[in-house]
This record gives sequence, C-alpha cells and structure tokens, in this order.
Amino acid sequence: MTKKPVQFRLNGSPAAVFVDEGQNLLDLLRRGVGDLSPKYGCGQGTCGSCTVIIDGEPRLSCLTLAETVEGQQVETTNGLADGPDLHALQEAFMENFAAQCGYCTPGMLMAAKALLDRTPRPSREEIVEAISGNICRCTGYEPIIDAILAASGQPTRRTG
Amino acid sequence: MVTVTTVDTLQEAAASSAGQAVFLGGGTLVMRSVNYGELSVPQIVRLRSVAALRSIRADGTRIVIGAAATMGDILRSSEVSFLHPVARQIGGPAIRNMATVGGNIFAPHPYGDFAVALLALDAKLRLSDGSETDLESLLAARDNEKRLVESVSIARPAGDDFRFRKVSRVKPKGVSVMSLAAWLPRSAGRISGARIAFGAMAPTPVRVRAAEAALEGATLDENGIAGALAAATQGLTPPDDGLASGWYRSQVAPVHLKRLLLGEGSRT
Amino acid sequence: MSSVEFRKDLFADERDDNLQEIGKPTRRQDILGHVTGRSPYYDDHLFDGLLHMRCVRSPHHHARIRSIDTSQAERMPGVVRVVLARDVPNNLNTLLSLINFGKDEEKLIQDTKVAYAGEPVAAIIAETEGQARAACAAVRVDYEVLPHVLDPEASLRPDAPVVNEVYPNNTFDYHDLYDHQKLRFGDVEKGFSEADHIVEGEYQMSPIEQAPIETCGAIAAPETNDRFVCYTSTQALFFSLGTTAKLLNMPSSRLHFVGGTVGGGFGGKVDSIVEPLSVLGAVLTGRPVKFMWDRAEEMQVGAPRGAERWRIKDGVARDGRILARAFTGFFDAGAYTRLSSYAIIKCTGHIPGPYSIPNVASNVYCVFTNRTPATAMRGFGITGVDFAIECHMDKVAETVGLNPIELRILNAYRDGDMKPHRRLAKNTALIECCQVASQKSGWAISADAARQSSLAGGGGTRAEIPESLTDSVGRIGERRRADIPTEPGAGAPSRGRVAAGTQGIPIVAAAPQDEDMITDPARMGFRHAPAAPPQPRATPSTPVPPAVAPTGTPVPSQQAAAPPQPASPQPSASQPAAPQPPQAPSDPAPAPYKPEQPFSRGVKRPGVSRFLSGSRRR
Repeated sequence: MTKKPVQFRLNGSPAAVFVDEGQNLLDLLRRGVGDLSPKYGCGQGTCGSCTVIIDGEPRLSCLTLAETVEGQQVETTNGLADGPDLHALQEAFMENFAAQCGYCTPGMLMAAKALLDRTPRPSREEIVEAISGNICRCTGYEPIIDAILAASGQPTRRTG
Repeated sequence: MVTVTTVDTLQEAAASSAGQAVFLGGGTLVMRSVNYGELSVPQIVRLRSVAALRSIRADGTRIVIGAAATMGDILRSSEVSFLHPVARQIGGPAIRNMATVGGNIFAPHPYGDFAVALLALDAKLRLSDGSETDLESLLAARDNEKRLVESVSIARPAGDDFRFRKVSRVKPKGVSVMSLAAWLPRSAGRISGARIAFGAMAPTPVRVRAAEAALEGATLDENGIAGALAAATQGLTPPDDGLASGWYRSQVAPVHLKRLLLGEGSRT
Repeated sequence: MSSVEFRKDLFADERDDNLQEIGKPTRRQDILGHVTGRSPYYDDHLFDGLLHMRCVRSPHHHARIRSIDTSQAERMPGVVRVVLARDVPNNLNTLLSLINFGKDEEKLIQDTKVAYAGEPVAAIIAETEGQARAACAAVRVDYEVLPHVLDPEASLRPDAPVVNEVYPNNTFDYHDLYDHQKLRFGDVEKGFSEADHIVEGEYQMSPIEQAPIETCGAIAAPETNDRFVCYTSTQALFFSLGTTAKLLNMPSSRLHFVGGTVGGGFGGKVDSIVEPLSVLGAVLTGRPVKFMWDRAEEMQVGAPRGAERWRIKDGVARDGRILARAFTGFFDAGAYTRLSSYAIIKCTGHIPGPYSIPNVASNVYCVFTNRTPATAMRGFGITGVDFAIECHMDKVAETVGLNPIELRILNAYRDGDMKPHRRLAKNTALIECCQVASQKSGWAISADAARQSSLAGGGGTRAEIPESLTDSVGRIGERRRADIPTEPGAGAPSRGRVAAGTQGIPIVAAAPQDEDMITDPARMGFRHAPAAPPQPRATPSTPVPPAVAPTGTPVPSQQAAAPPQPASPQPSASQPAAPQPPQAPSDPAPAPYKPEQPFSRGVKRPGVSRFLSGSRRR
C-alpha cells in the first residue's frame, strides 16, 4: 500500500505525516498524529462528532480525504485551550452542564468555535443552526445552547 | 484497496482510468463509500485545486455556478440568494462546507435536494469535454456518464417565482421524504412555462410534466392549481426506503405540492 | 437549573432540607476531560500493531447454514485470521446465565442457523479495517432460507417457525412452568361483573434503538502477565467480564477489563457481545485486536428496546373507581433472550401502574421472533406498559366522563396500599404530582381532589391481599399443540384459589426481597454456625402457598407466579409441583473452613457456571 507524505498545520504547529491511500482525516488525526479529540460516531457525515475546523470552516474529518489537507490549517479540540487556560467555550460547557457522556463534546466545541470566530455574539437561532449537524443523545441540547450563549457573553436561561 | 490519483484538470480527471474511477468532489458521498467499503471500483481521482471551479457569477439573464462551489459558497453569494433556502436544507454547516453543487447532481436517492432546485431552474451543464447539455438529459443517464460537470447555468427567477420545500421527518436536519421545487414565471397573474421538480420520488430528481402543463395559463390559487395537484405524481413510482414507502410518498405528494404552490403551512 | 422547583410544602415532615448539593448547580467530576477531548473512551487507547476485526453477517432473517467457504477470504491482503464458530471455546450463552436466569441459547458466532438479519457467522481479523471489510465480502455462505416470523403474536401460533431451538415454543420459560409470567391479585372476573363499564384498549410500540454516539466496541490485547486487557464501551463491566470468561472458557482472573468511560449507552451497551470477540481475536492472534461496530451495525444489530404490544381490560364503576384490570402483554424479544425475560419481571412488578386496583391479573409473554434481539433501554420493561396504562387511563376518564386528572387521583395508590406483587407501597406521590400538574397546566380539579394526600387514606383494608383466583393455562409447550387464548384466565378448565392475607402474616409470607440478603455461610470464608435456611413463615390454620425457594431466579414477584392452589377437592396427581427455579441447589451443610486452601468465591455446583464470582451469586 502506497504511503503519501502530507504536511499541514495542526492547532498552529506543523505536522508532517505519511497517509494511507483512501485514509480519512479522522483516522489520520487519531492514529497517525495521536490527536484523539475528534471522535468516530458514524463515518457517514450524520453525527458531527468528528467535526474539526479546516482553514476557518467546520468540516467533518471522517469525510475528508486525509491527503487533501496538504498546506491547510486544521484545528481540533485538543488545541482549544491555551496551555492551562481553557477557552471560553470550554469554561462555559463546564459551567452549564453542557456534556454528559462527553462523546459529542469535541465536535460540538468545534462547531461552536467556528460560529463564534465569525459571529462573536450569535443569536439563539444562529447557535441552533451552527450545531444542527451535531447530534447529542444525552443533554437535549438546551444546556449546550446555553453554554454557547454564555461563552459569547450573553444571558442564558439560567442567568437571564 | 483504494487508490487515489491527483490530476490538474477536469479533462485529465474524466480520462483517468478510462472513466472507471470515482471523482472526489466534496467527499460527503465518496468518502462515506470508502469508509463503508462500498466503492464498486476502488479508484478515486481528484483535482489538485478546485479554486477555479468555485465561482458564482451572473451571465446575462442567467447565473453560472462552478461545479466545485460548495453549499457554503452558495450561502455566501448574494447573486443566488433565492437558492439560500435550498442550500440551508443540505446537512449541517460542516457538510455544507464540503458538499458541492456538482456532486449533488450525482447524489443517489434520497439525496440530491439541490439538484431538484437546479432542475426546476432550467439548469444547463457545461461538461468536461466542452459540450453542453441540460440537467434533465444528464440525470436520465447519469449512472453511465463518464464526463464531469464543469459548471451549471440556471435561470434567475423573478420575485417569488421560485419555491422550494424539503419534507423530512427530523427537524431541523433530516434526509428527504421528498423535496419539491417550482419555477413559476407569471405574466398578468397567469403562469406560463412552469417547471416543477421532485426529489426522492424517483431514482433521480424528476420533472412532472403533466403537473407543469396543468398550470399553463392558470392562476396561483386553489382552483388554478387543482389540475396540477391531480397530476402531481403522474408517471412516478416513488421508491420505498427506510424513511417512507412509495405509497406514502404518492399519497402526500399532492399535499406538499399544494403547500409549495400556495406557500401554505411552511415550516422550517 | 431553573427548571427545577422545590415544593417544600409537600411531604414537609419527610424532608431534610439541609441539602448541600441537590438543587444547586454543580460540575460533573469528569467534565474537564470531556471539554478538552481527553476523556479516555475505549477507542482512545493506542496500540502498536493493532488488528481490526469485522463480522460476516447474515443477510436473512432466518436461514440454515449449509456451508461457509472462507478460502478466498483467507488469501485476501492483510487477513491475519478467520474466526468461525469452532474457534469459540464455549460457544453458547445467555447473558443472564451469570445470575442463573434462563438457558444458554445464543452463539457468539453461528454455524448452524441464523435467526435474525445481521447475526454473525464468521469474523475476519486483518491489518486494516478496510482489508477486514473486503475479506468479509469474500466469505461465501450457502444459506437455506427458512420461513421467518416478525410479529410476536404470529410467533405464538402452533404453526409458527421455531426461532430459537432452545425455546422451541417461541416463548421464554418462566419458572420452568409457564410460557408467560402470570400475576394474579384478587379476582378480575368478579371485578368485571361488578363494574358499570368495561373499557378495553390495545397499545403497541416499535423497537427503539438507543443510538449512542459512540458505537459499541472493544480493544483487547495480550498483556505480559498471561492476561488479556480489554478496553470496552460496556455499561456492565462485570457482566462483560463474566460473559467473556464463560464464552472463552477462561478464568476471569486472566481478564483485565477497563471501562467506565462510555460514549452514551442508554442500555444498549450491556449485552457483552463485542468484548468476547475482541478478546478471542487477541487470544487467536497474540496481537491487539479492535472490534468496533460502524453506525450501520449499531443500527441493525445493536439490540434495541424491544417492541411491545399490550391489551388492557378495565372494569370501572360509574364513579370512576377501577374495580378490575387485566393485562395481556407481548414483549418481542427478537431471536434471543438477552434481557427481555428480565424486562418482563420488572414489568410485572410495576403492574397495574401507580394505582390501587383491588383485582388485577396479567399474562406477559417474552416471545422470540426473527428480529434483532432486544435488550435494555432506560426504564425498559416499564416504559411500554406505562405508555399503555396512561393512554388507557384517559380512555377510562372519557368513558365515565371524568376529568382525567381527577380519575388518576381517585385511583392513585397511597402509602400503605398493597400492590399486586405483594409489596406495600411507600413514598407514593402520584396524588401530589397530579395536583401540581393541574396547577401548572391550569386544568382545574375539584376541591375534593385537591384535598387528597398520598399520606392519608392508604393502608388498612387496602393493605390486604385478597383471595386470588388462579389458573394453570399456558404451561410450557401447550401453545405448540393448539391455539390457546392469551388473556389472563381465558380458557382455564379449572381454577384455583390462593387465600387472602396481608404482608408479614404467614399465609402470604414474602420471601426475602433480595436473595442476597440471605446469609450463606458456605461462601463467607469463615466458620459460622449453620444458619437455618430461610422459609416462608406459615401458620397451620391456613392453606400454605408453595414455598418460594430462596434461591434461583431474581423474581420480585414470585408469589404472583405461583401456580394455582387447588380449590377443594384436591385435583389429580398430575397437578404440578410448586415451581422450582432452575438449578435450585439443595444447600449442603457448610463445609468446615480450611484456611490452608485457597479461598474461592466462585460457584462449584453442577450446572452452574464456574466463572461466577462475587457475593451476588450463589
């Protein structure tokens, strides 16, 4: 099986790896690079738990051919915190009980970050739209929506 | 095992592996098949760069959309604002940043909602061999099509002449029970040259000519559309799948067509 | 959370309001791992040289396997091992065998007959997942397709295909006696005859997939100490460990199971299907092996909450009091038992819902069909029947012309009431829930209904167990020979009676509620005066119901399952003996403690798995 070299930036740092033909980005990140934060939930684009940010846009890593990220910027939940300092979204998810089993959380965080990077104070409707490709079976979504509102400095059901 | 070939032009891509390889657009369908081991021929061909194929520009009374334009590109273009409600119905934001207009034309049942809108908007395709064809002809034989789509030219509908509905069981995002699009050009309140297209009601998006004919000269009201509703599924034998039976699809199609034409009961 | 409101006026005497945590926002202890993507799910353990396992699955609902040809698959690139039924050391199990409930019936890998679409017939271990998939597609299986049955009532007919050879009547055997779980409390026929209205209804629900976002899976690898480590998505770590030990015929001490971080389960990750396969793969290859379902498998073969069908018949007085309620329930277990047998035990303990009804009867069937085996899901056993009961309550309210909230308050159970499974109700709060619901919804109720309380009006005569009419219809195997009615009491050629009584008074004495409460010196590891085996206390003046053995099936409502006590005169000698739970041991006198011998808590009884361990098993 042929291996192909790929160079990209992962959470700001350069990454250079060999990929298998047909390998998807999720598998490359998890097994090739050892970034375990994106999760496998379906392999078919329906659950959103593998969401990463590529060149500023949310994408699904399980449906991205790994070799196509050559030269691109990839962001994952693993790079969300700045050293010991958590991202505002991470703090808000913790405070608002926005995770139960936690499996969808990295994908949710990436979808939410992609939203806040473009729209610092999104409306509730914009938040619902932004996470509409991410399935959570535990929380019922409301705590997640609250957390994203809180992370953008807006009132939630609880505080507002 | 899967092999991936990277080329520089659409022409090379179309010629690659004698047209046996599957072309990688946004990846949302091809990579799914790769992940599930379902590619009939495990060869993928892809373009090194698709930047040139992503433009969306006006061309006289029509609009030309590059085949590699994503649903996200559609949503960011004010040129095609009438297509925003369609693009917004395709997957979540991550899928929309990947899924392409060209890929949607080849999406198997029950996918391909965007192509339904294109079909209603009289889409003409420019293909990799430089030839042109209309979308309807291509859809009729798409399984054997070796050429690739370079761009899509569609009519620019006036006012509220264009309508689209996607019927799904799960809100806000679900796969189509059916999707419907209509282009209803009117003069002095009377419809002339209507185009009505259904998705998920046949193996590919299809027009319903009997319903279109029934709208000729009609007004957009309950009486005016009665003939079109009666002919809504003429010639169609909708497929059974996990979302709905063909029988169910046939039964509810006139209901949804009525809502589409009269703008009733819109739910997002 | 703002949606939680504490009504301190309710049950004020019973509460302690010095609460430090409840009602206050708190952080999950595992939340930091979740938001940083570092919580260690089973697939987050990396191994060098990891192999991938996938299953070849039946495309048919029901088919005999004529032959399996793996010769082509074996030569495919990357294939390390083909696993067939013969590679499984002890290839027959039932999940609840670990608590001695039910018969071994399900193979890890099939080799004779598949009974549901998706049942595994072979597994392939390969270097990559893609190679394993390709090799699975190259396995040729010659099937003789058999007629299938997908509806539980169709499955009860004498001519229905046999789904599961271990249960040739297509029903789970309850207490080695009946093809259904019986509950009898009072005399429903008498209640119906006294009623002003008879209200009947049928309700059903389809299977529901738990659909956790993390699919079921496990990674197993040899350790350097002759053990195998297994990282798993299981919700039931010790079930998975015990099941793996049994299927692989391996002491559980050689298994090192690591779980606890589960990407959603909701009941769908208790079946212990993936762990034995991944460990078997590691045993056969000596390398780390991952067995992970993809989403399509999760949906197709992941055991769902099973389908249920319910028929309820109520006898109702003009004023809305429910005098009698009879249930006929069908649980669609799919092809194998998994947890459906147990769901019915839970369900029977719940019947007739949170209401005090003087006459209650139910027949609940655990039926095998050629569908995906069903298992646990949040409240399983209760959810379906509760849906039926509450729909039916509305129907009753409509029939008698009563406000549905008042109807519920009128019939609600109260503290001290006897429930049909012979336990006294306590901490009941339905009345208060109804009153709050009426306030919140603005649905007015009468002043009388608003004055009622769960704390008053219960007990007394409501604590008594009425004389109960019994019957012996539905003995195991009867239904194979003839169509017989499924409703409680219907078609009974003879009736018996269990005399009235109250809890705690001998005639209906309750066995210890949890058999683990029974001290067994044999397994305690120290010398101890032999304890008298617990017996239901009996008074000589009343008929004694069959003794419920203190061991065996974990049945909360065993009395309810008792066979009819004959009304005089005594019936023929063919009257069956009291139900004996399977493999009920005759307790030997405790052996003297021998400190020089290694202490074992395992079970060493004929017919009982020797892989059991821990204090819950005897």
